[in-house]
Amino acid sequence: MSAPAYDLGRHPAALALVNRHRLRVWEPLPWILALAFYFAFPNHLGFGTDLLVTILFALSLDLALGYAGIVTLGHAAFFGAGAYTVGMLAHHGIWNEPISGLLMGASVAALIGFASGLILLRTTGLTLLMLTLCTMALLEEAANMGEKYTGGFDGLPNLPIPPLFGLFEFNPLYPRVQYLYVLGVLFLCFIFVRTLVYSPFGRSLTGIRENVLRMHAVGAPVNWRLVTCYTISAAIAGIAGGLWAQANAYVNLSTLSLDRAATVLIILVLGGYGRLYGAFIGAVVYMALSHFLAQVYPTAWQLGLGLMLVLIALFARNGVIGLWDMLRNRLMAKGATMRATKSGPS
Amino acid sequence: MRVIFGIDVASMVLGGLAAGMVLFIVSVGLSVTMGLMGFVNLAHGGFAMLGGYVIVLAMRNWGIGFLPALALGFVVIAGVSIAFERLLYSRLYRASELDQVLFTIGLVFMMISTVTLTIGPENQQLMLPSWLQGQLDLGILHYRTYSVFLIAVGTAIVIGLWLGFERTRMGAQIRAAVDNRRMAESLGINIDRLFMFTFAFGSGMAAIGGGLGAEFLGLNPQYPLIYLVYFLIVVSVGGLGRVTGVFFASILIGIFDFALKKYLPQGGTLFIFAMTILLLLWRPQGLFGGKAT
Amino acid sequence: MTDPLLETRALSKSFGALAAARDINFRLERGARHALIGPNGAGKTTFINLLTGVFLPTQGKVLLEGRDITTMQQSARVKLGIARTFQINRLFRGLSVLDNVYMAVAERLGAGAQMMKPAGMRNDVVEEAMRLLDVLKLSDYAGHRVSELPYGRQRLVELAIALGLEPQVLLLDEPAAGVPSTESHIILDAVAALPKQIGVLIIDHDMDLVFRFAERITVLVGGAIFAEGTPKEIGADQRVRDVYLGKAHHG
Repeated sequence: MSAPAYDLGRHPAALALVNRHRLRVWEPLPWILALAFYFAFPNHLGFGTDLLVTILFALSLDLALGYAGIVTLGHAAFFGAGAYTVGMLAHHGIWNEPISGLLMGASVAALIGFASGLILLRTTGLTLLMLTLCTMALLEEAANMGEKYTGGFDGLPNLPIPPLFGLFEFNPLYPRVQYLYVLGVLFLCFIFVRTLVYSPFGRSLTGIRENVLRMHAVGAPVNWRLVTCYTISAAIAGIAGGLWAQANAYVNLSTLSLDRAATVLIILVLGGYGRLYGAFIGAVVYMALSHFLAQVYPTAWQLGLGLMLVLIALFARNGVIGLWDMLRNRLMAKGATMRATKSGPS
Repeated sequence: MRVIFGIDVASMVLGGLAAGMVLFIVSVGLSVTMGLMGFVNLAHGGFAMLGGYVIVLAMRNWGIGFLPALALGFVVIAGVSIAFERLLYSRLYRASELDQVLFTIGLVFMMISTVTLTIGPENQQLMLPSWLQGQLDLGILHYRTYSVFLIAVGTAIVIGLWLGFERTRMGAQIRAAVDNRRMAESLGINIDRLFMFTFAFGSGMAAIGGGLGAEFLGLNPQYPLIYLVYFLIVVSVGGLGRVTGVFFASILIGIFDFALKKYLPQGGTLFIFAMTILLLLWRPQGLFGGKAT
Repeated sequence: MTDPLLETRALSKSFGALAAARDINFRLERGARHALIGPNGAGKTTFINLLTGVFLPTQGKVLLEGRDITTMQQSARVKLGIARTFQINRLFRGLSVLDNVYMAVAERLGAGAQMMKPAGMRNDVVEEAMRLLDVLKLSDYAGHRVSELPYGRQRLVELAIALGLEPQVLLLDEPAAGVPSTESHIILDAVAALPKQIGVLIIDHDMDLVFRFAERITVLVGGAIFAEGTPKEIGADQRVRDVYLGKAHHG
């Protein structure tokens, strides 16, 4: 640009945009809590591992649903693809090193995401919903059928997963290594997703969600952006599935089920979608509730969950974070008027 | 002619037709309401399940006959669904698809758990009256009386609905509203009332379908989730708001499913999912749908 | 003779039996201030949609500087410098004014596909977006959410987005539509101040705006060109007056 540099510092809105991606003070908090959990609850690390995997899965959905606005009912397709890739490679003695296995799981999921996204992201609404659902059902049925390779209905138990880096043994009864391993992978993926959503690419996804016709009119290759986003989202879901298989040392059809797809959707909505940390909050709230309630009163838990969904859809469209935002805005507005009346116009 | 290449064509067609009829009776309301309002109602199967319970329990506990029980199921569920529509659904017509999905999934969960808590998780057996048991002599072959009954009832309902859709004022209004809602509104058609009516009627039909199908689809609290994909496939293959489209799609899928389960138990369902995906990619508006959605 | 900036040759479009554009031969010169007028339903917006690639024509050609772009995709045409505003606002209503303009500038500068750098670190994009807001006197609203702005200002954001694409050809579809008369001067001033080198085609009903702005006017009736000339010629044309007073042609 030949024009002289614009002094962005003199304008608050520009400054806000320039600094939007900066780390906020509280952002290390989830990671501190996650480490604290490791030391505070050594007997609940199985639950903790499951929670971290769920956060990662919800995060992957947030990218597609929360940012790009792709309403999918079939995200478990990619979770399952990752899980079965890791599981089948290990079970048949082809490959079982954890980290490279994870990458393979991610690649297979990404490939499926890319191939299916290429065609089905041209549709919207009910058709898209149906196609995502059918793709997942297709994979589930294939896994059910290919008994020789996938173990069919029973899945593949007792996967031989060698120690991480050849040093740290995965112990199913005392899953310390699993917890830290999953936490590390989640951290890396989170950094990646966070960078992505604050990038111009991430902004353009938001643009597509907000007004797709306008995005076409500013010359954005909308379909490519969506396919790219969907593929990345699928890869991360695949990593989550791979982690699940490694941490539990088995895979089964539940990784590909409508139940799992619906649950992750619920978790994301519960926390608040399109906001990065909604995945964390939703997963913690949901998993904690289900951990304590679902085992004691499974039916009442389902009733409560259903009621909660109905209420969220009717009244709280942005989940827990949305409620918090609303509350904060009200308080701030109140504070502002109080300040204004005290000190006069500023 | 009955057996071709070792395949029993007649029994395949009859069995598939019977299953397809039930699929049609359950799904037709879903198609019309989705076409009218664009409302993604994943809880539709829940009304079928509730209807099935009303019918089965009324027969068992009060000893009423099968046909009166079906009528009772229709009336009860249509009434219940009016309450649902006025109190809940109507608030979400302008909401996003995601909110509609969440709301109806929540509703399904509540239906499942309520039934599990009050009645129990086990499968409910439908006691067919004696006149529907056994085999019927059709001249060229013997076939299960109940399947023949289902085909007859289904055919009667299709013809009735078709006449209602094509020949009555309300049917014309519904067709107009499915094709172009704004235009219909500007012509003074009261879409809200129309929707309430079709919603109640569709749910009532689903209830009848839930009762009719209980014999071979089973009836337990998980019903709405187990068959959700099937109902949605029928609706999207048939086209939104298309009675005849849904009918042909139901029959097609009924026969395919029946035949594949019998002759290709490995992979039958896989085939149906794959076909649906290919079809929707080819024609996103469904086989019989008039407009892209 | 050099090629005009934008040209259509025998451009036609039918929707079923309805001919929305009929045999339109149209030229927009470099730096032109051209207006397209016509009664409701004359096919003005359809014509814009054909130029921008929302619809493909049934027959005929669209040429940009002599290059055939008839079948080119919408986004590719934008890259070649054809931008438009919409008759009804199409904005990112939940985002700030600055974000709205950022989106357009980012696409033009090819930043839109960049993944690993924060949006705010693309200073070139932010700076240019802010400059545009300055030009359109919107910078005081830069941090406001679009949905909070009065309608007149929202129309300006439409214009800012289009200008952010640095167009050679700018198609303005009723830029003052829906703006209350107390605010309409904002739009008129902004349109009058558009950079000289852009070829502008404006569609409007507002004859004040059209006659103040345009150097050349094309009248579209029933999907076909009815008359074309300078504002003086068009103003003096009895047939055009008849059309506007409803004496001639309907549809």
